[in-house]
Amino acid sequence: MTLNAFLFQVLNGLSSASGLFLIAAGLSLIFGVTRIVNLAHGSLYMLGTYIAYTFATKIGGVTGFWGGIVATALIVGALGAAIEFVLLRRIYRAPELFQLLATFALVLVINDFALWLWGPTDLLGPRAPGFRGAVEILGRRLPSYDLFLIVIGPLVLLALHLTLTRTRFGRLIRAATQDREMVGALGVNQAVLFTSVFALGAALAGLGGALQIAREPANLATDLIALGDAFVVVVVGGMGSIPGAYLAAVIIAEVKALCVGIGTVDFGFVTINFSKFTLVAEFLVMAIVLIARPYGLLGKAQGAVRSIAEPEEPLRPATPLLKAFGVAVLAVLVCLPLLAQSSPYVLVLGIDVLIAVIFATSLHFIMGPGGMHSFGHAAYFGLGAYGAALLVKWLAWPMGAALVAAPVLAVAGALLFGWFAVRLSGVYLAMLTLAFAQIVWAAVFQWEGFTGGSNGVIGVWPPPPFDKSWVYFLLTLALAVAAVLLLRRFLFAPFGYAMRAGRDSPLRAEAIGIDVKRVHWLGFAIAGLVCGVAGGLFAFAKGSISPETIHINRSIDGLVMVLLGGVQTLTGPIAGASVFALLQDTVMRQTEYWRALMGAIILLLVLTFPQGIVGAFASLWRRMGGRT
Amino acid sequence: MSNAMLSVESLSAWYGAARILYDLSFEVGRGEVVALMGRNGAGKSTTMKAIMGLIAQRQGKVVFNDADISKLEPYQIARRGLGFTPEDRRIFSDLTVLENLDIGRQPPRQFPDGAPAPLWTPERLFALFPNLAEMQDRPGGRMSGGEQQMLTVARTLMGNPLLVLLDEPSEGVAPLIVEQMANTIVELKKEGLSILLSEQNIHFAQLVSDRVYVLEKGQIQWHGTMAQLSASPDIQRAYLTV
Repeated sequence: MTLNAFLFQVLNGLSSASGLFLIAAGLSLIFGVTRIVNLAHGSLYMLGTYIAYTFATKIGGVTGFWGGIVATALIVGALGAAIEFVLLRRIYRAPELFQLLATFALVLVINDFALWLWGPTDLLGPRAPGFRGAVEILGRRLPSYDLFLIVIGPLVLLALHLTLTRTRFGRLIRAATQDREMVGALGVNQAVLFTSVFALGAALAGLGGALQIAREPANLATDLIALGDAFVVVVVGGMGSIPGAYLAAVIIAEVKALCVGIGTVDFGFVTINFSKFTLVAEFLVMAIVLIARPYGLLGKAQGAVRSIAEPEEPLRPATPLLKAFGVAVLAVLVCLPLLAQSSPYVLVLGIDVLIAVIFATSLHFIMGPGGMHSFGHAAYFGLGAYGAALLVKWLAWPMGAALVAAPVLAVAGALLFGWFAVRLSGVYLAMLTLAFAQIVWAAVFQWEGFTGGSNGVIGVWPPPPFDKSWVYFLLTLALAVAAVLLLRRFLFAPFGYAMRAGRDSPLRAEAIGIDVKRVHWLGFAIAGLVCGVAGGLFAFAKGSISPETIHINRSIDGLVMVLLGGVQTLTGPIAGASVFALLQDTVMRQTEYWRALMGAIILLLVLTFPQGIVGAFASLWRRMGGRT
Repeated sequence: MSNAMLSVESLSAWYGAARILYDLSFEVGRGEVVALMGRNGAGKSTTMKAIMGLIAQRQGKVVFNDADISKLEPYQIARRGLGFTPEDRRIFSDLTVLENLDIGRQPPRQFPDGAPAPLWTPERLFALFPNLAEMQDRPGGRMSGGEQQMLTVARTLMGNPLLVLLDEPSEGVAPLIVEQMANTIVELKKEGLSILLSEQNIHFAQLVSDRVYVLEKGQIQWHGTMAQLSASPDIQRAYLTV
């Protein structure tokens, strides 16, 4: 690459950085004040693109384009205020994970809303009036609109900086970011502050999205991509730091632009197409920054956030009644092949449910008792599934050996990723685990020669007698029971107590001699091991796997399963996974808009059962005078 | 109605399953400085937080300025003219002294009889706390404990309160600052403010208080005038000395 080409890519990167900055700044502001990680932030950005497109094409001209962009920011800001007012206000006291879940439900609903209103095809807006041409720089032609975008980022940065330092609203935001309870005790109505911050953050996302119409088409996949990018930027820059967000946006955008610029390089022994590694590069930057500076480039160590949620209930062993119920359910499941002779589909569904149960209980193990909110549990599922499938494909291993190898591979990945992850906590840990999962996904997706790329691996069928679904069902059932019992054993052993002690008070746990990081690291490995079993079983149950198998959606599905059931009991993830898998199979297939339906169900659950299904039954039981 | 500015009736509070306060009842009259005394863990800070609405699990009635405030949110309580300075000061460390003061700002206020409450501006507060005047643009995080203590009082005064809950103003600061704090409280009393002070240090309380309630294990064990407490070494020994 020549120097000129290099500088040209740098300019290209700067123009992408502006959009990244706008969305990340809004996310960061909202998180700072409300402590809610707004997973729907990417959706607001996507809506911004669609709404601005509508203005630009329906009204047209200068008014339609530039007026439309301003109007879009206002509309999306108002939508943000409405979301805060109607939904989030009810769940500020709920555990952090419920808030994540509620905003993820919005992702699903907004995505289907956009599908319904604008249809599935990409929509490219008109070119910007006044910026139609291109400027010749360094012997290449750079669209003048890109130059405009390069300027917009620093302008917004300046405006935000002035707002935060020179206005009372800005001072309140900064004060509330540090200690919102004290701000309240000084007579400031937090509800109004929260709503306006949410509106501001949403308006920034809407503006960022709207500005993209002349550059990139409006697309339904934008929401999660933009969200992922914004996470990386916020975490690299430091939560709550606006200048940090800009710096990080520039770094990330430059790294991506340079990857594209370098293109394919022949190293002699191997040829690497760097333009395909943009995603890996982005997340690698994040992983490196988080390890070197756990609070981001310009972020500060967050003081103990005054939690307003209730402390975790202790985990109690199951009552004899519940154990009897478990045995009864197990007995029914063992007999299921006999009962379901007329409808073999029941067994296929049963296998799905059982795999979901293994997946969810292993996630619950680190999430509930471990207190580590992993957003990338799909990574270990993927390592198990791809490990087993690739061993069959390339080395023709038998199923038994592949099923043993699956958890071994998963545990290797969990040990590697977990070593880094346990050094962080809270939302940073969530983001890092997400980053690792994305790296696994990107590696699988982009390493076509080995993994089959987007086509995946096919023809991974179990040998006889396991090709009969009832035999495979019983195998899955046996492994699921073993997995659940193993995890339960760990939880009620001294190891499990140490893990929970480390969750509740790392300092006190260390003071009595527990090596919290090591215990949590081992917890991570155990969860990865069990999750790998689920992955291996999945590969043979489906006969084929694709990168879809390990997409971020699977990680989120896992979180939904655990939260649906309730974090505070071990029965929770089992019930949650079963309900979720059944819902997905039955209700979701009835409609084209299954995402919105799923989102509505999640919202309903979050608002009515903040303790999850099992938690709700338990408190109902207590209220009716029963004993726990 | 009595002329009590703040009257607390059977106030109880819990942290989770642990009950901290047991049916406390007491009053602070207009222009009065009342000390809530007791050892560490007696429930002094919890009492103040419960009055301020900062503890979710609370019961009992709190009447401030003739209005029941027991069901209100903290910000609504603050807006009625009840100021709170926490013992851990809770200065916004990223904000400068002036910016910290700005967060506490509220409109001018009147007593129920129409008399204006003392109106505070940064200038007046800098006259009251000359140390702060010299560091108006310094971030709160780079101040000493004593300076932060002054700032937290000044920040609360910016809300032009009628009554201030002052939680352990003498804790962990240099003797010189302690003396300055005592002078400040006397000044505020002269301005007509009522003050509920929580304190372990009898010498400090003697300098400023009119009356005393002694707390132990979340219950009021004794109450009387400051002079009576000063004359009762047995009460002091039983509930205050370490």
